[in-house]
Amino acid sequence: MNQRSPTNRHEATRRRLRVLLAGFLVCFFLLLLRLWSLQVIDTERYATLSESNRIRVIPQRDIRGQILDRHGQVLVDNRRSFTLSVMPEEAASLNLLAPRLQDHLPVRWEEVEPKLKSPHAYRTIQLLKDLTREQVAYIAEHRWDLPGAFLDVDFVRHYKHAGMASHVLGYIGEINEDQLREARESGYKMGDYIGQAGVEKSYERTLRGKKGAREIEVDALGRELRMILEREPALGLNLRLTLDMGLQQLVEEEMAGQPGSIVVMDPRNGEILAMASNPGFDPNVFVAGISLPNWMHLIKDPRKPLQNRAIQAQYAPGSTYKIIMAAAALEEGIINPKTTVQCNGFFPFGNRVFKDWKQGGHGPVNMHSAMVQSCDVFFYTMGQRLGIDTIARYAKGFGLGAPTGFDLAHEKSGLVPSTAWKRAARGEPWYPGETISAAIGQGYNLVTPLQLLNVISAVANGKVLYKPQIVKRLETTEGKIVQEFAPQRLGEIPARPETIRMVQQALWGVVNEPRGTGWRARIETVGVAGKTGTVQVIANSPKGDKLPERFRDHGWFVAYAPFENPQLALVILGEHGGRGGSTYAPIARKIVEYYLKVPTTAPPQTPAMVRRPGGSPTATTTSYLSQPVVPPRQ
Amino acid sequence: MIDRRMLLNIDWVLVLLVLMIGAWGLTTVYSATHGRLETHLDDLYLKQLYWFCGGLLFMILTMLVDYQTLSKVAYPLLALGILLLLAVWGFGRVVSGARRWIFLGPLSFQPSEAVKLFLILSFARYFTVSRPEGSYRLRDLVLPVAMVIVPFVLIVRQPDLGTALVLLLVGITLVFASGFPLKILLTLAGMGLAAMPVAWTFLKDYQKVRLITLLNPDFDPLGAGYHSWQSKIAIGSGGFWGKGLFAGTQSGLNFLPEKHTDFIFAVLSEEWGFLGSAGLVVLYLGLILRGISIAYSSKDRLGCLTATGLVSMLGLYIILNIGMTIGITPVVGIPLPL
Repeated sequence: MNQRSPTNRHEATRRRLRVLLAGFLVCFFLLLLRLWSLQVIDTERYATLSESNRIRVIPQRDIRGQILDRHGQVLVDNRRSFTLSVMPEEAASLNLLAPRLQDHLPVRWEEVEPKLKSPHAYRTIQLLKDLTREQVAYIAEHRWDLPGAFLDVDFVRHYKHAGMASHVLGYIGEINEDQLREARESGYKMGDYIGQAGVEKSYERTLRGKKGAREIEVDALGRELRMILEREPALGLNLRLTLDMGLQQLVEEEMAGQPGSIVVMDPRNGEILAMASNPGFDPNVFVAGISLPNWMHLIKDPRKPLQNRAIQAQYAPGSTYKIIMAAAALEEGIINPKTTVQCNGFFPFGNRVFKDWKQGGHGPVNMHSAMVQSCDVFFYTMGQRLGIDTIARYAKGFGLGAPTGFDLAHEKSGLVPSTAWKRAARGEPWYPGETISAAIGQGYNLVTPLQLLNVISAVANGKVLYKPQIVKRLETTEGKIVQEFAPQRLGEIPARPETIRMVQQALWGVVNEPRGTGWRARIETVGVAGKTGTVQVIANSPKGDKLPERFRDHGWFVAYAPFENPQLALVILGEHGGRGGSTYAPIARKIVEYYLKVPTTAPPQTPAMVRRPGGSPTATTTSYLSQPVVPPRQ
Repeated sequence: MIDRRMLLNIDWVLVLLVLMIGAWGLTTVYSATHGRLETHLDDLYLKQLYWFCGGLLFMILTMLVDYQTLSKVAYPLLALGILLLLAVWGFGRVVSGARRWIFLGPLSFQPSEAVKLFLILSFARYFTVSRPEGSYRLRDLVLPVAMVIVPFVLIVRQPDLGTALVLLLVGITLVFASGFPLKILLTLAGMGLAAMPVAWTFLKDYQKVRLITLLNPDFDPLGAGYHSWQSKIAIGSGGFWGKGLFAGTQSGLNFLPEKHTDFIFAVLSEEWGFLGSAGLVVLYLGLILRGISIAYSSKDRLGCLTATGLVSMLGLYIILNIGMTIGITPVVGIPLPL
């Protein structure tokens, strides 16, 4: 038996103590190792976690740049919007606050109450957005009776003239999922507002400023303790448009109640001076988030108020197409200025008869008088002689059938029919009879008002198709120019100067000669040139008001002035508004008078009797003021 | 009363370590309760100071009593402790879900704290006086097991798993230190491991969740794992140099729960960084080493075993508490000594 003395046993305990010591050393070493790993190796990760625990970042909307007209008049800016919020913790007694607020403000208390009563109600809760001046005044006045309630100020978009130029300006709206996917890299977040139409959309990146933020320290319960950092939101760039606000206003007044579009351009550079589409809308309704009923109302309206008819609606050009037909016929050499066609009021073709708009016909007409009187039979004949593909070549040369490249989105390209087009699109051959109606701008032909404006503008300047331009330059709030946009040429119209000159003179005649269809646009002191157009919505429509509105004719009027040195070109389209000459020529007259600052005169009561423009292309630029009187060529 | 011999016998290194750790702890408690938010615990550091001074006083008192004398009443003391535990079971007051405290007028205390000391004294006495000759037999474990299992069960039922665990581990350590034959101990350990699945069924649900959370820290970072997670964030974000005294955000803004009690180490680590946390660990290690060295060099077996019991209890508390704050041991309510 192994006898153990107490000393031996003491020795055994000492040995065990050494093991114990080793055990403790290992444990403490593990503790140190773990601390090293947490505090030295992984410290950044935990530091980030700790920061996100304590810092709440409250983003602040950027301040979008202003949109100005060409003279610096503000069209769109940002206004203060007040939001009423309540800090539940600071509200001494919600039961006291609730009735006081409810009595004077349309706070929907039943919606807010559950949020306020939640145990985590340490965040501010919004009670009412975009308060009126009276409401703000009430709250400011009764601040001491409303403990815990306070006003927050924010900047929201403000379209100063409500619906004016709404299609050009566009509107902003909350970013949608597709846009978010595309723009996330540029710093857009859910709930941001982004340009959804017009220049607000096209120039989104320019107008947008930099978002600001408030970093607020919070505790574990989410109570906001103090502001750590405030980054002020930065301003976006201002957009200086080519629009002339006064002209825009005039144009919209003239259009009031009439669906359609008016666009005015400077033919010397393609700058758009006015662009109206009727009916319009008030972009301000989008600013605080449009309500669903309002949105449905806008998109379901059969008159399509959101559509910018100037670029998104397509119509047959009607008789305005005769400008291109005349140029093509002269260029192709199938007529000379003296070539006459006998118009008896109808044009037999195969087993069909194409009628002239004027019963009984215009008698013998040449190019000039056919344009002035808008004789259909003359141009039926031209169409037959030219053939559809030659017509198409000239139409495209004048910029039709393709978008103009305008800055606003969703521009339509129109349609220039040809044999190749018909085979590809319809799988059918071209019937020669279709050329006849195409020759007077009916049939398959489609143009946007802006395209037609480009045609008349190129005729006015004699040569150049400019890209219609809406933004003149980008500038800072202080007015420093950041970028200036120069006029851009799309091309030149395929006609020699002599040809253009003859077409110009014919257009002058439309307004200023006896029997001219556009005589209502005549101004004694300014040479106005133009062309009327009437588009049948249904074939062989009877005249007058017997038809329901939707079957009535569309009316066109294109014009430019002054005749010798054109400073503006314009297009007017009225949907189902009757004939271009009688309804729209007077509007053109007002536009010219306004823009050229001609003393307003009484509208002409009758067509001109005996006036011709300075006939030769060498006439001086001021000659329109002192036209030589020449007997009518008959 | 205090003669020169006694002053010479005082281990001044140990006392110095205790004072340093205690002072640091006091500072940290102050910082934890004086952040930028009101905590209603403004005077907690004073309470801590009183207890600390009380502890020092108690230390001097203990020095005056010969541990040989104390040892003679070890068993009756343990019996008294167990009676008190029974009293807690019967009349104790429930504080945050557990019945741990006895209130006697203005005084309140946890009998489980006293039972730990009484158990150490009893074990030391038992292994000094029993079977003076020959090696220990299995039947020599019957009484120690009984001495530990009764308070253990009572404390587990309170429930106070942390204290019960420490009690059990201190008992095992003392049995190990007594020189009990390894063969018997290893056999018992093997049997104990085999019995673990059975023990599992006795755990409360929240304790089970804590164990699962420990094994898989991402199990539920906002629920059961929240304490552990926020504590790790506090410690990790302290980095090497720390955020500075009173500048801890995890503690100052209340993200860290129980910051002034069980998770005080996280507060210190956040504010003092790795320098501080490692420094404190090293101080504690010094305390333990000093304690083991005292046990090692003590001339009689009773003193040696008593010292071993006390030092291992301290060591276990330190390891389990710090381990808990850094996510390597389960979150059981174990305080950090001093």
